[in-house]
Amino acid sequence: MPVRGSRGGTYLDQQTLVAAGAPAPGSFEGNGRGSHLLGGQRAAAVSTVSTVVFIGGVIALFVFAPGAAAVRHTFFNPQQMKQAFLGDPSKGLYSVGKGLILNIEMFLIAEVLILFFALVIAVLRQLRNPVLFPFRMLAVVYTDVFRGVPLIIVIYGIGFGAPALYIRGVSTQSDFVYGIVALVLSYSAYVAEVYRAGINSVHQSQVAAARSLGLSQWKSLRFVVLPQAVRTVIPPLLNDFISLQKDTALVSTLGAVIEANRAAQIDSSTLFVYSSYTVAALLFLCLTIPLARFTDRLIARDVSRRMAGGATVR
Amino acid sequence: MSEADATGGFGGAARGDASLSGNPALVGQEAVRLEGVHKSFGVLEILRGIDLSVAPHEVICLIGASGSGKSTLLRCVNLLEPVNRGRILLWGQDVTAPGVDENAVRRHIGIVFQSFNLFPHMTVLRNITLGPIRVLGVPRDQAEEAGRALLVRFGLSDKRDDYPDRLSGGQQQRVAIVRALAMRPGIMLLDEVTSALDPELVSEVLGVIRELADAGMTMLIATHEMGFARDIADRVCFLDEGVILEQGPPRQVFTAPVNSRTQQFLRRIVDAGRL
Repeated sequence: MPVRGSRGGTYLDQQTLVAAGAPAPGSFEGNGRGSHLLGGQRAAAVSTVSTVVFIGGVIALFVFAPGAAAVRHTFFNPQQMKQAFLGDPSKGLYSVGKGLILNIEMFLIAEVLILFFALVIAVLRQLRNPVLFPFRMLAVVYTDVFRGVPLIIVIYGIGFGAPALYIRGVSTQSDFVYGIVALVLSYSAYVAEVYRAGINSVHQSQVAAARSLGLSQWKSLRFVVLPQAVRTVIPPLLNDFISLQKDTALVSTLGAVIEANRAAQIDSSTLFVYSSYTVAALLFLCLTIPLARFTDRLIARDVSRRMAGGATVR
Repeated sequence: MSEADATGGFGGAARGDASLSGNPALVGQEAVRLEGVHKSFGVLEILRGIDLSVAPHEVICLIGASGSGKSTLLRCVNLLEPVNRGRILLWGQDVTAPGVDENAVRRHIGIVFQSFNLFPHMTVLRNITLGPIRVLGVPRDQAEEAGRALLVRFGLSDKRDDYPDRLSGGQQQRVAIVRALAMRPGIMLLDEVTSALDPELVSEVLGVIRELADAGMTMLIATHEMGFARDIADRVCFLDEGVILEQGPPRQVFTAPVNSRTQQFLRRIVDAGRL
């Protein structure tokens, strides 16, 4: 059998890891792997020089561009950034920092609901019981529709449509609730597809083994297929949640919700300084980058585990 | 149950018979009977009229080239593949009839696959107790006790809490056999269970199968291990292009085959040094 994933790393090893998003040989965050392939020190020197030139170029652009001073004043004004972050009640300014907390609350509630709802849809699409046919059709239509409609339209539809219906208990909810409903509706369609890909990635022989023990289709799914599928899709799921985290900001378009971007809008409209946007962006990055790194680590771990076990027949 | 006890506690035909048909009077009848079984995948006809009957405690080895239909035959008996034509009877009951609960049928049939197909996300003990707990409704502590006993019996007790990917191929396949046995099946189907193993690991798995045969387990074994088939089988069936061309006691089939295709096949096996 080819390539037992040795620590030293063979050629195939490198290729697979690079493809999976691990640091390329000789990049500045490189871990020394594969340096013998490209001639070690020379590769390190080349990558250092190219990095310095690139970063230097970007900085030069900000320093020497004709409008550089204005951009610095508008977007990177330290005084304004501080004020935007903390808020200033005397001037009627919302705190971007506080808005972000609301954003995180929304994100966490939506995430739990999405994980559950999407799983139900994915499972419905999988079961072949004829009794469930209408539900299966519904699940197909649902995923088709909500993957095709832009999130902002779903937010408007729920946020402005639901109150217009004047249904007791439905039409009197806050924008916070409508926002979460819209996010759940839209994202569950994507996440259901991710689950489904995971379910399909579990080899048919696993199903055969489960069924041959006398497990019903549902029990095979529940005890054998789903646990493996969910494990496989954790990295892509985290990926979707990084974008959910950002997209939660779109709920601010409903108006009343004090939320990171919203705060930035109000702030800028009074002062015509966009530093509050920069603050909001930086805060988002503080949340999404750790999540992205965590996802990368999970993927890398998954790849190395699969290669370690790659020589055995499954 | 005295017979089951005599066979080492994992159930002979008597037990399977009684619990499948609910009629103890059928004890002693054929364990499996195939009548004119046809199976196609699209235009590809894999089984073209298989007639075969297996007596309780009988060990039958299916030999033949790859693609001759051995695996498909076993999968049909287990209802993993629906047959196109013909009937399959287990202890006298037609399991290919409409309305038969396939899950109930499969409870009484153990199958072991070429590629083990252990559940990679479960420990060895969980692998072998899944069926008893979730299908038979055995309480967890009882199922685990029975599972531990089986693992001890087959020399796997130290692997109890390991995940399958920590085991050698031979150990994985032995676990797969134990997983099937944990359901106390009345018949075992073995589908080229040593074909995916490194040569030095084959004998440990064959040893387990011998033990089952000695204990009186009814078995249908598809295999390329001709020496093993000659030793263990009560009867050898030679499959060629979806039909059983020749069958008989191993001594007869291996040393004095009548059919020219059987002769050809065996000559190739001998030339390859496999017999």
